[in-house]
Amino acid sequence: MIRVQREDFDLGEELRALSAGDHGIGGVASFVGLVRDMAGGEKVGAMMLEHYPGMTEKMLGRIEAEALERWPLNASLIIHRYGRLEPGDQIVLVATASPHREAALESCHFLIDWLKTKAPFWKLEDTPDGGQWVDARDSDGDAAARWIKQPTSE
Amino acid sequence: MKLLYFAWLKTKTGVSEETVSPPEEVKTVADLLGWIKQRGPGFEDALADIEALRVAVNQEYAEMTDPVSAGDEVALFPPVTGG
Repeated sequence: MIRVQREDFDLGEELRALSAGDHGIGGVASFVGLVRDMAGGEKVGAMMLEHYPGMTEKMLGRIEAEALERWPLNASLIIHRYGRLEPGDQIVLVATASPHREAALESCHFLIDWLKTKAPFWKLEDTPDGGQWVDARDSDGDAAARWIKQPTSE
Repeated sequence: MKLLYFAWLKTKTGVSEETVSPPEEVKTVADLLGWIKQRGPGFEDALADIEALRVAVNQEYAEMTDPVSAGDEVALFPPVTGG
């Protein structure tokens, strides 16, 4: 399931709901992204997260479909927020549920790595010098690239 | 054709969305970027480094050689930084 929303989410509630009623699930893996108060050694206040409505949902849906194809998952969830966020706020949740831990952990890792390089979101950080658009990092591209190979667990 | 600009593309051009009718010789993404660029200093500045841009046609990532046509929605934005 994909959700793109301005509102915060309740982590415990989301994870419980993901596995509710399916006793074939042996493990749930999750990743939660948070807003930091430092970026490149500089103090950062709030940030604005901009997105491309329509394309965002389309890309997230495709990334999720790819995970479902590669790993035996009983359920998956991607929540990504947009709008104004403060340090400490939750930005993103990726969660996967599977009979076994390898599939849950690997697919969760895959989802967050792919999302970071493919989903159309942009961060505008408040800094002492004014609003700064965050630059994409090469390391994110490298992290995503390793998943181009087939997973070893299959 | 609908053009959308995000992040610093929007800041530099001063436009978030516009409807345009490029001339007939604009057939590819590369043609379109070349045409947009000569529309004024803001556009020229925003599109100065084509390598730094990503383009989506009808909400799909596109290459420079991909075709564009009148009814398309074309979005220009920097590499994404979500997550």
